[in-house]
Amino acid sequence: MVEEREEGGAMQSVADSDPEALTDIIDVIENGLKDRVSDVRIVHGQIQMVARPEAVLEVLRFLRDDENCRFVAFTDLCGVDYPEREERFEVVYHLLSPYVPARVRIKVPVRDGASVPSCIEVFPGAEWFEREAYDMYGIFFAGHPDLRRILTDYGFQGHPLRKDFPVTGFVEVRYDEDKKRVVYEPVQLQQAWREFDNLSPWKGEPAVLPGDEKAERNDG
Amino acid sequence: MAETDVEVRNFTINLGPQHPAAHGVLRLVLELDGEIVERADPHIGLLHRGTEKLIETKTWHQAVPYFDRLDYVAPMNQEHAFVLAAERLLGLEVPYRAQVIRVLYSEIGRLLNHLLNVTTQAMDVGALTPPLWGFEEREKLMIFYERACGSRMHAAYFRIGGVHQDLPPELIEDIGEFCETHPKVLRDIEGLLTDNRIFKQRNVDIAKFTREDAFARGFSGVMLRSTGVPWDLRRAQPYECYNELDFKVPVGRNGDNYDRYVLRMEEMYQSIHIMKQCVEILSSQKGRGAVITGNRRVAPPKRSEMKTSMEALIEHFKLVTEGMKVPEGEIYAAVEAPKGEFGVYLVSDGSNRPYRCKIRAPGFAHLAAMEFLTKGHMLADVPSVIGSIDIVFGEIDR
Repeated sequence: MVEEREEGGAMQSVADSDPEALTDIIDVIENGLKDRVSDVRIVHGQIQMVARPEAVLEVLRFLRDDENCRFVAFTDLCGVDYPEREERFEVVYHLLSPYVPARVRIKVPVRDGASVPSCIEVFPGAEWFEREAYDMYGIFFAGHPDLRRILTDYGFQGHPLRKDFPVTGFVEVRYDEDKKRVVYEPVQLQQAWREFDNLSPWKGEPAVLPGDEKAERNDG
Repeated sequence: MAETDVEVRNFTINLGPQHPAAHGVLRLVLELDGEIVERADPHIGLLHRGTEKLIETKTWHQAVPYFDRLDYVAPMNQEHAFVLAAERLLGLEVPYRAQVIRVLYSEIGRLLNHLLNVTTQAMDVGALTPPLWGFEEREKLMIFYERACGSRMHAAYFRIGGVHQDLPPELIEDIGEFCETHPKVLRDIEGLLTDNRIFKQRNVDIAKFTREDAFARGFSGVMLRSTGVPWDLRRAQPYECYNELDFKVPVGRNGDNYDRYVLRMEEMYQSIHIMKQCVEILSSQKGRGAVITGNRRVAPPKRSEMKTSMEALIEHFKLVTEGMKVPEGEIYAAVEAPKGEFGVYLVSDGSNRPYRCKIRAPGFAHLAAMEFLTKGHMLADVPSVIGSIDIVFGEIDR
């Protein structure tokens, strides 16, 4: 329980230790959810798994209610865009169990235009996070009571965090002195937008310099 | 008596986006039945700057200053989450002195935040003196920021691998001195508020919730602890050198506005206690050493070294043009920011910029529950609740 650990003083950091508790939980998850999740593993001290969109509510409910897991605290929900994948988006859930303590990450791949069931009934706190993922990526959440845009302007078009959305956007606003109101106009760049590719084509020297391997050989 | 056919209807009002009690650019659409709040629909995004998109287009080092501009009340705490995330992906060890400096400045950030929040929340419910006293102390703290990094707010002081530069010894002394004088001001503010009849009437039993609600709605920090859950990331998932420092985690009992006020006051005393320990470590032999990692793929060499060393010059050139590369992977790192759990979810594809950087701001989850918190309360309680959940639009709108 949380209270007991409070007395304990120095506790272990979840980020880089106590792999045993985490492997125990992974066993619980693999037994309890069997084929509903795949690729369950520990990444940098956090449990990570992949789930199908149709199974996500079941997975979340299991993680929340199972008495060995108790991932009761909703932490985060966000989208990620991988344009080169067939299932372009990934919805990433982060849950926290204050009792183990451990963090878990559930990744749900989803096609462009497809929807993920809304998890508000499991975690009411997800409401705005789902709205944000919809706003930023255009991922639909089926069953969300109020799937409006949240961070962008009223009447905004497009989904800004998609990789193919330009950083400059498409419209800009200014106050029009004649019309006495704010007007929207297509973006006018004073110089062409430059995509800086700072990544060096030079690979740098390898760990073993070419030719050095001969020194190890004894054949002559 | 004649029958009245007065139509009784609910009244919808617009609080903000320019309203002194909205603590920023919050547009709150309220549906009122008389004076009772029936529905609260916060419209946010008026301060949206696309921070996450911008970070994706910049190198890893260039991302740090964006974090100052999120919760601009306690800037370095945000930087902390980002550098921790990047360091964990890199598997980087941070020098001990840098860890202590980071902790010291994170606690200064906590004081900055709580001083602002407690006193302006008091102003929201009618007290004028606390902000005047609190802001005087904030000014001193911002000067400590300035003396460390040259900027009062947007510090960009925490770097991946350490901090930008060492603190001068006089500054450490002055911070130690501040820790001696500051508790008196806190006691004065407490004297004005803690037993104040009006302050209590406006805050006790307002916006009450249980720990189950708090967990399911993603609450963290003081919001969570006010319900009696001793969950503080500094204790529960310690980062940096927090596990060797002595401090207590205060918890509330009722989960109402007044408990949150009491917790914030107590957290400030604890922060001062931590700061004193940091000052002691920094001025002792134990705390000597480098303040940033010696790994030249991450941190640039000193200017003086570049004057004589060809390699240093090359390393510096590589870092400022191409930037550092972070190995492929993903990580969620969180710190106990003054407002709650501030987390950064980073996805790296192995290149010199983050592929995805999701910023999990505590205020976002708290404000999302606005209707849950204010439903059934009076209109006059709304500013008191907004003050108590401690929102800053820099981090909510991002």
